[in-house]
Amino acid sequence: MRDLFEIFATFFRIGLFTFGGGFAMLPLIERAIIERKKWIDHKTFTELLIIAQSSPGPVAINTAVFVGYKRSGTAGAFAAALGTIIPSLVIILLIAMFFATIRENSYVDAAFKGMRPAVVALIVGPIITLSRSMTWWKIMIAAAVGLSIWWWGFSPVWVLIAGASVGLTYTAISSRKLKN
Amino acid sequence: MIYLQLFLSYLKIGFFGFGGGYAMLSLIQQEVVVSRGWISAAQFTDIVAISQMTPGPIAINSATYIGYEVAGIFGSIIATTAVCVPCFVIMLSLAKFYLRVRGNRYMEGAMAGMMPVLVGMITAAALLLMFPSESDGASFIDTWSWVIFGICVVLNTLRVNPILLIALSAVAGVLIYV
Repeated sequence: MRDLFEIFATFFRIGLFTFGGGFAMLPLIERAIIERKKWIDHKTFTELLIIAQSSPGPVAINTAVFVGYKRSGTAGAFAAALGTIIPSLVIILLIAMFFATIRENSYVDAAFKGMRPAVVALIVGPIITLSRSMTWWKIMIAAAVGLSIWWWGFSPVWVLIAGASVGLTYTAISSRKLKN
Repeated sequence: MIYLQLFLSYLKIGFFGFGGGYAMLSLIQQEVVVSRGWISAAQFTDIVAISQMTPGPIAINSATYIGYEVAGIFGSIIATTAVCVPCFVIMLSLAKFYLRVRGNRYMEGAMAGMMPVLVGMITAAALLLMFPSESDGASFIDTWSWVIFGICVVLNTLRVNPILLIALSAVAGVLIYV
């Protein structure tokens, strides 16, 4: 029980200071989990990162579940996930409850008018970064996917499944060629 | 049954939420703005802005916020739980059986195939916020919007802290629009 509480408290602290998405959390985890608590070593952490990024869901939750499980089994995974979720749940809930009453305020409205283009700019950032490491035909595929979701309203789910299938088929064909 | 709809929508978002926060945006957007019409595109952008300034993953933040908007506190707890269930189950089984995803050629093949799709999904999220289908939800309302956007793209490339960028553009918004 003390173990579970320690896991919960550790991830609660990490969850409270994870601004700007899952990857911002990684240095915090590294310091708290590997260097101070020594719950996992650096090699496991690197493997964990690859697993956490290949699985669906927020990287922060995936990492918490994995470390919690390594430390105290399924109950540990639950404690870690709960610790990561609760800070953002409480903060956002308070904002959601409070926001409706100040939303009509002209200053708040003006601030949000200024913030919206900035948010789009932050989303454009990773597109630029990721495109740099892609071949031209991959960039064409990405552009086609973007247009089909935006313009024709394709469901991202189906496009994602199609992409995974193409990758799997390609791997299957190329590994058969290797055998022959 | 609004609770069931919330649960199923966020279960789907959690299950297909590959590639982290920004790639999940178009998935969330498709589900809650386009297909369910629970919130407008402008409200969605506001939630993303709030998420940038508060701790926690954007998927969790949006689940909590939209759950509350649609069905109160209970709704926010349901949506937040639902978005976590798939990744909890999947990560737990990966940790349990310690599947070596890295060594698995097929897993890597599937990921390689999904990579351009994920970049496309981020592009779609940006396009949907720039040019939403309903005119009332536009994020870009005048030339100033494009000026702020352009400056932020440059500063973001120069690795200026995103929280600082959002805060500065809020100040700019107050100076321009009040």
